Amino acid sequence: MKQDIFQAIADPTRRAILTLIAVHALTPNAMAEKFDMTRQAVSKHIKILHECELIKPEYSGREIYYHFNAKKMQEFDHWLAQFRQSWEIQFNQLDELLSTIKEQKK
Amino acid sequence: MNKDLLFDFNVDKAAKTVFITREFNAGLSLVWAAFTQPELLDQWGAPAPMRAKTKYMDFKVGGQRFYAMISPDGQERWALQRFTSITPKTNFKMYNSFADKDENPELPGSEWDYIFSEQNGRTIVNITIFNESFERMEKLLEGFKIGFKMTLQNLENLLSVLSQK
Repeated sequence: MKQDIFQAIADPTRRAILTLIAVHALTPNAMAEKFDMTRQAVSKHIKILHECELIKPEYSGREIYYHFNAKKMQEFDHWLAQFRQSWEIQFNQLDELLSTIKEQKK
Repeated sequence: MNKDLLFDFNVDKAAKTVFITREFNAGLSLVWAAFTQPELLDQWGAPAPMRAKTKYMDFKVGGQRFYAMISPDGQERWALQRFTSITPKTNFKMYNSFADKDENPELPGSEWDYIFSEQNGRTIVNITIFNESFERMEKLLEGFKIGFKMTLQNLENLLSVLSQK
């Protein structure tokens, strides 16, 4: 099943991983070390972050480095900006409706 | 026109919650009516060029509103709002879910909490939306696309939010 980006960001460990790899790419081993977690636990988080495209792997010899996928996060923020704008439009419509009703009552 | 009216829009991504605060230049009774009466709701409740059409609305605890957002090309997106708590002119809560045209809900939905208060003839409405999943929320915007300039500022903001947590 495709991961939901909300679910992915909701977890504090995954947020911490994102913050860290936004600065520089890390291997799963390095992540395990930084967060004092087992490789298994790290793999689980990587799987979820990778599935919703928040991180992307790059192969360097035998190592895999995970990078932060800023584009995906921008898509998410872009969506939120649109959501905000749709509310703004509705509220402006409501302002007009309210003033029309107030005029009629005068 | 509305420059002096307060508008706040905040998102707590970790808590999957959206917080909206808006001030209106009208008294509490009128604003409450605009949010709870179908004839009024349909006049502003969908962002143009979309429009809202309420099939029925039973504004009482346990009652529901069945309505559609209609796009300019005539596509209907139905939704069900079930009212879970009502304190007249103060607060109401509902559970919102998308539905098919036969009123079958697509679960899970989202929880909406509206709080109303009046001060000096103006009314402030606080809306809290809790979403189980982002994909559900994403559907709220289906058919609604506005060209939007994306800047690196978005990423910078995000990074500073992430690093504070």
